[in-house]
Amino acid sequence: MILIENVSLSYRDVPILRGIDLALPKGGITALVGPNGAGKSSLLSLVARLQPLQTGCISVDGMPVDTTPSRTLAQRLAILRQDGIVASRLTVRELIGFGRFPHHQGRPGALDLALVDAALDQFDLAALSDRFIDTLSGGQRQRALVAMTFCQGTDYLLLDEPLNNLDMFHARQLMRSLRRIADEAARTAIIVLHDINQAAAYADRIVAMRDGRVIVDGPPAAVLTEENMEAVFGYRIRIEQIAGKPFLMHHL
Amino acid sequence: MADRRLLLLLTLALLSVLFFMLAGLRGNIAFVLGLRGLKLLALLQVALSIAVSTVLFQTVTANRILTPSIMGLDALYVFGQTALVFLLGGLGYASLNGGFKFGMEIVLMVALAMALLWPMLKLRMDMGLMLLMGVTLGILFRSLQALLARMLDPNAFAVVQGASFANFNALRTDLTLLGAIMTLVAVAFCWRARHRLDVIALGRDAATGLGVHWTRSAAGLLLLVSILVAVSTALVGPVAFFGLLVVALAERVVKTQRHAVLLPAAVLVAITVLVGGQAVLQHALGGASTLGVVIEFVGGLVFLILLVQGARK
Ligand SMILES: Nc1ncnc2c1ncn2[C@@H]1O[C@H](COP(=O)(O)OP(=O)(O)OP(=O)(O)O)[C@@H](O)[C@H]1O
Ligand SMILES: [Mg+2]
Repeated sequence: MILIENVSLSYRDVPILRGIDLALPKGGITALVGPNGAGKSSLLSLVARLQPLQTGCISVDGMPVDTTPSRTLAQRLAILRQDGIVASRLTVRELIGFGRFPHHQGRPGALDLALVDAALDQFDLAALSDRFIDTLSGGQRQRALVAMTFCQGTDYLLLDEPLNNLDMFHARQLMRSLRRIADEAARTAIIVLHDINQAAAYADRIVAMRDGRVIVDGPPAAVLTEENMEAVFGYRIRIEQIAGKPFLMHHL
Repeated sequence: MADRRLLLLLTLALLSVLFFMLAGLRGNIAFVLGLRGLKLLALLQVALSIAVSTVLFQTVTANRILTPSIMGLDALYVFGQTALVFLLGGLGYASLNGGFKFGMEIVLMVALAMALLWPMLKLRMDMGLMLLMGVTLGILFRSLQALLARMLDPNAFAVVQGASFANFNALRTDLTLLGAIMTLVAVAFCWRARHRLDVIALGRDAATGLGVHWTRSAAGLLLLVSILVAVSTALVGPVAFFGLLVVALAERVVKTQRHAVLLPAAVLVAITVLVGGQAVLQHALGGASTLGVVIEFVGGLVFLILLVQGARK
């Protein structure tokens, strides 16, 4: 379980997160939605100890993220960042291989190599495996980064806008892979989405944020109402029921 | 493939060493060999420390253009020396015990370097800003050094002069043993960390996500860098672009940034350039005092090319 208690964050006295309390039990997909600047990425980066906590506590399976050894956490929790910048020049295979680093510390075993191959196949990257990532298209690169995060094989996956740059086919495929690992292996995904209909279709729970606060939190059917969406996004969105799921006509 | 290229570099480095040791041998052979051996040891150590410190520095700062000396680290060292001469006087400085002075200089240098570099990394400065700051700091230390040097008496000034220019002929062979121990220990540390270095090269956030304690690792690596720079500057004086030159060359030869390959490659290139260059200038061209100038010239060109390439990307 990821436990976020009374977490606040500010940059130079500008509040970014204000007293966030969230309990995310193991298993299932939680979608984090909200307008630009709501604080979604900031929250994820705190959970993944990418920046220091200012106030409050965050723990993963009872281990406080600020004091637990980084390597121990890396075996439990993986993060895909929104910007996805990789500083060095690597091939797709090398990049994905780094996902296994927390487990083998630089000496990959047979299992590690097999998992990298599996990830290459799973994300349609086998044909690109020896290409350098700076020569890939935006979507191909994003898939390589997602594959690396999957390859880390952790119980918890934090994915910050993983659907960025992906075409419809690969976006659907990624959401279905997440659904599968959540259902079959009881793994946990916390995923920032701007495509609210993907959240409606695949998430077990939706947490909607705005201005550094959690506005609504619950199963898709309860969260995705016209009133709630207006409170979060600031305009009226028509909602239809299609194939038993809420469908938001957010573009009209 | 990388292995074959590494082998090629190894061959070149060995050939340079052989050439350096054996070219134009005459007179009392044992004596000459002994002399050359001592000098070779110092050169090898300089090659090792500059190559390794440059690779480490570029990895921690996630860039391929900055080097410790471009960031003004060796200017800092020369400034420290001048300050010592200024405080103690030329005679007092010269009468200091070599090993003791060396140790003190290194401690001072490491402390100052950490005080300068650490905030830069902590604040996540971007490349342009770091470069600007490094160049500015370099100028600051050089000017301070020049100011102090002007206030010295001529004898003390001569002592300072000796310390402030790269000189591959007047190697401080008296410091070789102490320096060699420090260099080897530092290099052993970073060879052990070679896999972790690959992860650190991904950048701060990615490395943290993969379980590297970034703050601790970066601080440790900067410490190693400043020790290595101090050792090489103490031995030959400041060489601004040598590190950049050898790492850029090595990277182009082995075509990978994996540290298990890049580190030895950079060291081998450094040995080839330094030892081979010294031997060629000495035996083929007759005057070796200009190796520093040649290296700086070529290295400066490489620096410009890298900058222009980076700007175009
Ligand atoms: N390094 C920083 N310095 C100052 N302010 C920052 C910094 N990083 C983020 N912010 C501010 O914090 C707020 C929340 O940013 P965050 O990236 O968490 O938003 P987000 O919900 O992920 O938005 P998006 O949907 O655009 O990705 C924004 O107002 C942003 O401007
Ligand atoms: Mg974001």
